[in-house]
Amino acid sequence: MTVSDTRPTAPDPAAPPPAGPGGRRPWQTWLRSTTTGSRTFSVLVTGVLLVVLFGTGSARYENFGSPQVALNLLVDNAHLVVLAVGMTFVILTGGIDLSSGAVVALSTVIAASLLEAGWPAPVAIAVVLATGALLGWLMGAAVHHLQLQPFIVTLAGMFLARGLCFVISVPSIPIRDPFFQSMAQDVVELPGNTFLTYSVFIALAVLVAAVWVLHRTRFGRTVYAIGGNESSAALMGLAVGRTKVGVYVISGTLSALAGLLFTFYMLSGYSLHAIGMELDAIAAVVIGGTLLTGGAGYVVGSLLGVLVLGTIQALISFDGGLSSWWTKITVGVLLLVFVVVQRLTTRRARPGT
Amino acid sequence: MRTTPAGPADGAGPATPSQPVVEMSGITIEFPGVKALQAVDLRLFPGEVHALMGENGAGKSTLIKALTGVYSYDSGTVTVGGTERSFSSPAEAQAAGISTVYQEVNLCPNLSVTENIVLGREPRRRGHIDRRASRTRARAVLARLHLDVDPDSTLGTHPIAVQQLVAIARAVDTDCRVLVLDEPTSSLDAGEVAELFRVIRALRDSGVAILFVSHFLDQVYEISDRMTVLRNGQLVGEHRTADLPRLQLVQEMIGRELATLEDLERAAANPVPTDAVPRLSGRGLGRTGALAPVDLDVHAGRVVGLAGLLGSGRTELTRLLFGADRATSGELRMDGRPVRLRSPRQAIAHRIAFSSEDRKAEGVVGDLTVRDNLLLALQARRGWLRPIPRRTGDELVAKYMAALDVRPADPDALLRNLSGGNQQKVLLARWLLTEPRLLLLDEPTRGIDIGAKAQIQQLVAQLASDGMSVVFVSAELEEVVRICDQVVVLRDRQKVAELDGATSSVDDVVDLIARGGRS
Ligand SMILES: Nc1ncnc2c1ncn2[C@@H]1O[C@H](COP(=O)(O)OP(=O)(O)OP(=O)(O)O)[C@@H](O)[C@H]1O
Ligand SMILES: [Mg+2]
Repeated sequence: MTVSDTRPTAPDPAAPPPAGPGGRRPWQTWLRSTTTGSRTFSVLVTGVLLVVLFGTGSARYENFGSPQVALNLLVDNAHLVVLAVGMTFVILTGGIDLSSGAVVALSTVIAASLLEAGWPAPVAIAVVLATGALLGWLMGAAVHHLQLQPFIVTLAGMFLARGLCFVISVPSIPIRDPFFQSMAQDVVELPGNTFLTYSVFIALAVLVAAVWVLHRTRFGRTVYAIGGNESSAALMGLAVGRTKVGVYVISGTLSALAGLLFTFYMLSGYSLHAIGMELDAIAAVVIGGTLLTGGAGYVVGSLLGVLVLGTIQALISFDGGLSSWWTKITVGVLLLVFVVVQRLTTRRARPGT
Repeated sequence: MRTTPAGPADGAGPATPSQPVVEMSGITIEFPGVKALQAVDLRLFPGEVHALMGENGAGKSTLIKALTGVYSYDSGTVTVGGTERSFSSPAEAQAAGISTVYQEVNLCPNLSVTENIVLGREPRRRGHIDRRASRTRARAVLARLHLDVDPDSTLGTHPIAVQQLVAIARAVDTDCRVLVLDEPTSSLDAGEVAELFRVIRALRDSGVAILFVSHFLDQVYEISDRMTVLRNGQLVGEHRTADLPRLQLVQEMIGRELATLEDLERAAANPVPTDAVPRLSGRGLGRTGALAPVDLDVHAGRVVGLAGLLGSGRTELTRLLFGADRATSGELRMDGRPVRLRSPRQAIAHRIAFSSEDRKAEGVVGDLTVRDNLLLALQARRGWLRPIPRRTGDELVAKYMAALDVRPADPDALLRNLSGGNQQKVLLARWLLTEPRLLLLDEPTRGIDIGAKAQIQQLVAQLASDGMSVVFVSAELEEVVRICDQVVVLRDRQKVAELDGATSSVDDVVDLIARGGRS
């Protein structure tokens, strides 16, 4: 009934607590700081989950454990990585971007139709990226200046972008441009008879840039500050407006880039591409440990989230007997589990007086 | 009256200051239905501490926000450093050298202490934030405040007082020429206030103009050189502190003579019940890592104070009593019957009420009206399916708004538009209104002006003599000793002593806190 001694060493009330603030044991301090102080814990959980999933696959299916299967997770999901990175910026500020899947589709359609019309590939690419940035800017401006809900604004953006696809072209447009073809087919040989596509390198470069921006620039820290407490951030004199608009521009641009990577992958432009892809991106971000309320999370977590989704897909396709809908079901369950885990581990640490 | 320690720089404060760095004149701000400020003037001189005085809702915070570009004003002019300026955002004011700590702690709880200090002006090297330099800078400014916190820890894990100090650290970290502190000391204890004042004096001596708001007259007289008094949004006057006796200050603030606090005699002190079963009785109540086992008895009709420094376990103990944290040892009885409090819901079911120290995060709902905020707890206790009849609700709201003098006296005002002190009154009234059997008050008078404080203390005494039990936590020891029948002294998360409120003095308590008693 009485747990009188809370300290590991002999109790001497006069002596300062031996470990940690408030005399906690070191592991308690550690647990507290990893579960509440930082989000590294969630990322760690996702990493472990990824290893477990992959291990399960290797144990059950022949060839699952081969290096190329692992690399294919990146090859097949490079576009989703880029999309999830953009989404992470928005979610970190406490917002959401529902338009990104539609922007991916719009990008494929714009790229394909411009190439079909004989435009050079670099110009088509520039137009696609500019369109994404412009859409993002419009949505960001509406969110910030008109103080509208990000959910509604980007929902409208989603309908707009999807609708524009159909205005440009209803049927699917195949792509025969040599540059796009080479991006689709050329691979970088790696030791051990494995390979990666250029898209993977682009995605990883985006990821590294995002980490740098979020953690090493004022813009990035302001993103976190806004997610923590927007009105405080404004009173602290931070550039709240510019940053909020900025994250939507980033998300829009990265959605367009993801659209290009997806075009390389599919070699066609089609209005019905990437339906619901924004939800995959959101799922990846959440599984990666980012809080939907903003202010906490890492882009690296989002990468792991994408890989988790990819692994589940690979597991199901390896099995052969399972319908692909099992992917959705598994992702649904996982998402739920993750949100619950987040809830349990991030119960706000109680400051004491 | 001033008790500044003798020092070479002291007294060198300019007797006839040359030019104000900030001159606000004729500032008028009208919110829908409220004239928050009417033609108010304010002058801040370099090398002077200027106190802005006034009751809750007088317009102090509004004037500060007009200066720093949070609010735009309807008329008037602001001159900074000789040129007329009109800031349209806090960032612009900051760039002009005006550094501000607003009344509510306005930092980001999800970021580290270091980041909160340097945010927006991080040292950079080769295009990116230099984290090592950031940390060094944060360390330096924390050391200046003698604040011992880990710069890498997350801000939200610290108690409000530490957060308040970090906000101050952020403000003094820049080369500012004007430092504005809106109630910086509201949750600090004496030692921390002393540290803060040391820093303020050093800044003053280096020529910074400081604007200071506090409801603690002792502090104001100790630190300020000049005062501006506001009442109901109007300027009453500007005085040199040395020329303004306290009595006159209070009169100017409230517009009449104050029935002094001493009137609240401890005649109210309730007799010690000898054989009665305590309403609440804890034996060996503790929580690993937070609080060593404590014995505590609270009898009906008694006010029990918890005294101790920041981190002594005051808040932890109240949280255990409310079921907000679970006890890991000991047992709790109410009226002799054992109870287990696993959640606040259960505590509420036992008619225990808890008014939190962190009103912004845990208490008030800014987007609801005063009326809704007041009735929230009562409605929750009745269950949402049994609405409070309109008439009863109105009566209760009117009664408690009058009892605590909530201003403006408009039950339909949105809570977030109330001044800080008035929000606190609403939060307190919300719990009083549920007529709990045990009321836990954590810093209930934080940011409340002297007049209202006396009213609240009187009300607590009144409620106790009507049979309610009260646990009262406050960093202000005078207050604890004045209104509590029994004072439990905590230190280093342990109970070190229990005193009889009627026979002990503040000095006894301070002594115990400092020495820790012999347990
Ligand atoms: N945004 C707003 N909308 C409407 N009314 C407001 C707003 N902000 C403040 N007020 C009103 O203006 C008056 C002055 O408030 P202010 O916050 O300046 O008081 P204060 O002197 O700082 O009081 P306290 O000591 O309680 O902090 C109050 O009556 C308040 O209700
Ligand atoms: Mg105020």
